Amino acid sequence: MNINLTLVAQLIAFAAFVWFTLRFIWPPLMNAMNERRAKIADGLAAAEQGQQAQAQAQQEVEAVLQQARVQAAEIKSNAEKEATQIVDQARAKGRAEAERQLAAAQAEIAQETNKAREGLRAKVAELVVAGAEKILRKEVNLQTHQAMLNRVAQQIQAG
Amino acid sequence: MAGTEITSAEYIKHHLTNLTFGYHPDAGWGMAHTAQEAAEMGFNAIHLDSIGWSVGLIALFAFYFRRAAQRATAGIPGALQNGVEMIIDFVNENVRGSFSGKNDLVAPLALTIFCWVFLMNLMDLVPVDLLPWLFSLVGVHYMKVVPSTDPNVTFALALGVFALILFYSIRIKGVGGFVGELTGMPFQTDNLLLKPVFMLVNLVLEGVNLIAKPISLSLRLFGNMYAGEMIFILIALMYSGGWLIGIFGGALQFVWAVFHILVVTLQAFIFMTLTIVYLDMAHAEHH
Repeated sequence: MNINLTLVAQLIAFAAFVWFTLRFIWPPLMNAMNERRAKIADGLAAAEQGQQAQAQAQQEVEAVLQQARVQAAEIKSNAEKEATQIVDQARAKGRAEAERQLAAAQAEIAQETNKAREGLRAKVAELVVAGAEKILRKEVNLQTHQAMLNRVAQQIQAG
Repeated sequence: MAGTEITSAEYIKHHLTNLTFGYHPDAGWGMAHTAQEAAEMGFNAIHLDSIGWSVGLIALFAFYFRRAAQRATAGIPGALQNGVEMIIDFVNENVRGSFSGKNDLVAPLALTIFCWVFLMNLMDLVPVDLLPWLFSLVGVHYMKVVPSTDPNVTFALALGVFALILFYSIRIKGVGGFVGELTGMPFQTDNLLLKPVFMLVNLVLEGVNLIAKPISLSLRLFGNMYAGEMIFILIALMYSGGWLIGIFGGALQFVWAVFHILVVTLQAFIFMTLTIVYLDMAHAEHH
């Protein structure tokens, strides 16, 4: 129970260790704790931001998909329209070609018929002249009756 | 070690004697061989056990906390940093709750006080005979291992806090402000004749109030720990009273030790909290 120099020594030690704590212990630990607190806060904020970004991206994806769907439908309907158009065109072309060929064939047939008819007429006229010649060889003088014979031949050709 | 050759009173007295080095009027500088010699040394003596244990304990604190501070990371803390941060956070919360001013000294001061007082008090839980017996094996005959049962130690802490109270009172409020605080309250008057009388009364009241701070701070801690230590010594006496009383003493020691865990922590906490509160009052402009 004696008060003595112990008190002074203890007081000096007290001052020294408070100084030590103030200088070397408290600040680094407090810094680390505050830094960690800031880090955690940052991390939480970043996580929230990430979630927001994700939701936004989701929305964007949805919008793009929607747009793509609309575009696809448009393309499809366009293609269908074009296809019917092409088919219609082809059909019209085919029909026209058929008609043309038909007309050409008919024209050719008509030509051939005419030609045949001409040929036949010429032959008939010849035959008639030949027949008449044979029959009239004796009585008919080619020179005297030539004009009449020509007239007959002309009539046949024209008929 | 209550041997057959010493009485209970001698045993207790032996336990309450510090290992003292000092200047004896007859023998000069040297170790005190008896409690009486230590008393005769008066002020020129130092309790080697109190100083040794208290400085050793605070050095332990400083070592581990410094290590934690050096390796402190804002990332994932290790086990040591975790424990240290828990204590730091606890102290910091208390300082922020009780101290409204701005002073970077208060929190480290509170941490030092809390840990130091706690560690010194904790020595009370070491069986009272263990360390003195170990030291007696190497020829040291007096060993008081609980520094906070030495009034020198508790008074030193309280005086340190008191000095800071005075320092900050004067620094924040100025000498005039501090004196005004001591003399201007609680009695106030505009009467010029009565004013000096009131100021004198106020000074006495406030002076007592001021002086009571360090005294209550140190005596509370000292009284609690001294009484606790005394109970442990008395329980230890029972071990020399036969095996039946010895077993009963063992049970008592366990119960008292469990209770003392509360006292050890509580006294450290009270010392710290009061330090914070007193310094807050020193910083307050009006109260």
